[in-house]
This record gives sequence, C-alpha cells and structure tokens, in this order.
Amino acid sequence: MTDEKIDFAVIGAGPAGMAAAAFAVELGLETMLIDEQDAPGGQIYRGVERAEDDSPLGDDYLAGRSLVDRLRAGAVDYRSATTVWHIDPDGTLSLLSAAGAETIRARRILVATGAIERPVPIPGWTLPGVMTAGAAQIMLKTGDLVPSGRAVLAGQGPLIWLVAAQLIRAGAPPAAILETAPHPNYHSAARLLPRLLWPARRVLWKGWSLIREVRRAGVPIRREVTGLRALGRDRVSRVVWDSGETDTDLLLLHEGVIPNTQISLALALEHRWDDAQLCWRPVTDTWGATSLQTVSIAGDGGGIAGAEAAALTGSLAALDAAAFLDRIDPAERDRRAAPLRAALDRELAIRPFLDRLYRPAPQILVPDDGIVVCRCEEVSVAQIRRAARLGAQGPNQAKAFTRCGMGPCQGRICGPVVSAVMADTLGRPIQEIGTYRPRAPYKPITLGALAGLGKA
Amino acid sequence: MFRKRPDASLSTVPVTVEGIDIRVPEGVSAAAAILLAGLAGTRETPVSGAPRAPYCLMGVCFECLAEIDGRPNRQSCMVTVAPGMAIRRQHGKRAVAGE
Repeated sequence: MTDEKIDFAVIGAGPAGMAAAAFAVELGLETMLIDEQDAPGGQIYRGVERAEDDSPLGDDYLAGRSLVDRLRAGAVDYRSATTVWHIDPDGTLSLLSAAGAETIRARRILVATGAIERPVPIPGWTLPGVMTAGAAQIMLKTGDLVPSGRAVLAGQGPLIWLVAAQLIRAGAPPAAILETAPHPNYHSAARLLPRLLWPARRVLWKGWSLIREVRRAGVPIRREVTGLRALGRDRVSRVVWDSGETDTDLLLLHEGVIPNTQISLALALEHRWDDAQLCWRPVTDTWGATSLQTVSIAGDGGGIAGAEAAALTGSLAALDAAAFLDRIDPAERDRRAAPLRAALDRELAIRPFLDRLYRPAPQILVPDDGIVVCRCEEVSVAQIRRAARLGAQGPNQAKAFTRCGMGPCQGRICGPVVSAVMADTLGRPIQEIGTYRPRAPYKPITLGALAGLGKA
Repeated sequence: MFRKRPDASLSTVPVTVEGIDIRVPEGVSAAAAILLAGLAGTRETPVSGAPRAPYCLMGVCFECLAEIDGRPNRQSCMVTVAPGMAIRRQHGKRAVAGE
C-alpha cells in the first residue's frame, strides 16, 4: 500500500464517468477511471466499441463512440474489469481485479455508477425467463443476440419503445407490448406539453418516431394494462393480465430506471426520497458535491436524466474537482461551466413530462402481500409488513427480523420496495423510514483476495 | 430463449456449459452462454431450491450466480466468455473450502 494520492478517482465508465475522466486529464488532474466491465460504455453504451455502423441499436447509441474515443485518447489510467469493494471517507479505495486486491488513495472521488432498472415485483417475477427490458438490450449489445421465441415487453417508459424498435430492426419483433401507464398519467403529463413543445421538441419527436416505428411493424399493443402476472412451473410460459393473456417464453419487464445508490448509501451520504421520480437520490449541489467533501456524484446515479445529461454532469464534476484541488480558480470553473449548464437545462426540460407520463402504479412500490420482495432470501411483502407491526422501524431492522437484504445482492433489488412497504404499513413517509445501510464489501470478495492485500 | 440475429458477424468462442461443448458469440457473458445452451436457469436458491435465471444481466440481481472454471458464486453476467471456459449451474449455496 502506498501513501501517494492521485488527484481524481472516477468510478464507472458510462457517459458521466468517461466525460469526467477525459475532461479531468485535460484540466491537468492525475485521473484513474475504474469500471467493472471489460470495456467502456457503462450500460447505455455497452459494447459500443465493437458496434457496426448499421447497428439496430441506432444512432443515439453509436454517438457513445465519441466519448469512448476521447477517453482512449487521453492520459486516463483506465482500470477495466476492476471492482471497487470499499471506499473510506478519507479517500482510500479498495479495488479487486484479476491481478488481486489493492488500495488506491485519491484526493477527490467521483461516483458515476449510473442507474439500475426499477424492480417490477409482479406475481411470478422470479421465474426463469422473466427479465428486464434492459437485459434483452444487453444481449443485443454484447452478442447480437435476439429473443428466439415469443418475447413480450410489459411495463412503461421510453425504454419499452426503444427496445421494441431495436428488436424489430434486428429481425425479432416482440410478440406483444403490454403498456402499464395508468390512465391518470396521460392527463397529468399532457398539462405540461404546451410549454414543452418547443424546448423539448427534439426528444418529443424522437419518442413519437419510435412509437410510430413500433406501431408500423404491426406489434400488438395493449394499453393501461393492470394485474400483470407471470405463470409457469420451472420457467415462464404465459403472461396474464386483467383483460387478457398470451403465451410467452421471455417476459421483459420495465417500470423505468432509478439511481444506483449502493455506493452512495454505503458512504452514508445524505439521501432524499424524490416523489416525482419515486426513488432515493443522493443530496448534491449543482456540481454534484455531496455531504462528504471528498466525494461527488455525476450521471444517473444522482437522479435520472439520461445519457446526454450524464456527460454534462460528469464534465461539471471534473471542473469542480479541478477547482477543489486548486488547479483552476472558481471564476474559471464557473466560466467554463456556463455553456455546459445551458446544455444541461435543455436536456432536463423533458424530465417532468416523462416522470408524470411514466409514473409507476402504486403496486410497483407496494405490491400485494403474497409477492416475494427480497428475491435472494425469498422474503414476501407479508413478512415485511409483519416485521413492521412487530416493531421494526426501518429496513435495517426488518433485515434483522426477516433476513431481507442479507442475500448476495445486498438489498440492491429489494431496497426501495421494502422502504415503501414499511412506510405503507406504519403510515409514515418513506423519507422517515429510510433505506438499508449497505456495508463493505460492496461486491463479494474472497478471503484469499483479502489476504493478498497485505503483500502489495 | 435467445439466438443470433440475422446479418450478425459470426466470430465465436468455444466453451462448455454443464459439460456440453457449445460455441457462443465473442464478447458475451457466461450467463448468456448458459441461456444460449438452452438451460432454463442458472441456479437453484439456497433457501427453497426454487429455479432461478438471470434477471438484470448487469450485475445487480445476483440471480446469475454460477460456477466458472471451478470457482462457484461468480456473477456469470460479469464474466466474459473465454476459449475453454467451463461453466456450471449452481445448486443452492456454494461449498466452503474444506467441506
């Protein structure tokens, strides 16, 4: 272990991390970029380095190449296939890669770990063959793989239409789309449209074109679907809803994406419940700085805003790091930030509309009693409610009562639902109920790898 | 559950899934290889023995835990296939060394 500190450690090689790391070296910071995947891109640009120009994934996806090129051209110390399993508030990062475990010390850390899919706890959601819409997209991105049977997309959000269009272009149209956006969503979103038509025209047009592309391909679409459940014995074979049913061997669920808060919660950063996006978000200032001076956040991990916004908040975080480390003065930081902020405002314009249009139905956060919440430990909603009535005040106590959150995923999947179910049972706001407090190691590490640390 | 899309490039990697030789596209994960081998699931849970398969394919859900090259409890969606990789499903919890 060394006492030497690098200037800037960026975690996550998605758009926010790539933009931050590349900009930081241009600003003169000694920068390391750490990412678990073999190649850069995060999830949204996953596999983009190997993509062909005529990829069914489309031009917005291929646009990620420029971020990758800028990263590769710069002097970033890029550590791929490397996991961060602990961060100390003093700036020490514990890393694990094929070469073993090591520690690095940084003066400033940027957590750019992006978003995860919101869990969709319908009956039967743990059956083999039930996956997220994003998972199907990952198969397409990493291996040009498409569903081979009857794939059904169920849920709501821009990704439903994007994945459907991508699958159609790849020669494997989905067998059906079951859209769950509840009727009131249309009214509440429509109220925002008049003032957004001009500022958000580009993204509104894109969304409209995607939906039209899917309709023209003749994919059966059902709207305002309620009561979704997946049926099957050892794998999914049928999907049923209140007004219909159909055979399926691949049910792709999606109810939007939420910030990946595993590291920000493990660092005990302040978080707040965002009622517009129905998710936990770390509390940050306009530069992404958090309640811990050494740590800042950029990209969807700070709040869902999309890939273009992520690159902008990543660049703002790099500027802030440079000022924090006295490489540029605050006036220069603000001056260079101005055009980035103007672009960011344009990207954020559409968010309130999307948040309203695709607001999940209440059962997505507070499912029926019989449904498994904690997939790892197989704990049901009823068991969580019982723990709350027996005196558990929040998720960490419910964990002690029921084992929910003690499995390998460390509460990544069940966290938001456990908080929401407890809030509903106890009649208290989710903000008061709080979240899990994840502990290191953030990802599993063997004793052998830990033992190897002292030898470095 | 999945197949190669038409017009895709054909560079493949030989691996074994549950002892059976198959070739899978270069760059996919071991979890994808299990699905391409036609297996419904990657594991059974240690709590009830329920069959499970990958849910997120991005390292969040841990449903893809499998034994890769003799080491169990690995997130197979986070491991890229390499020639000769031996992938096996996981039954319940992993054996601790010495058991």
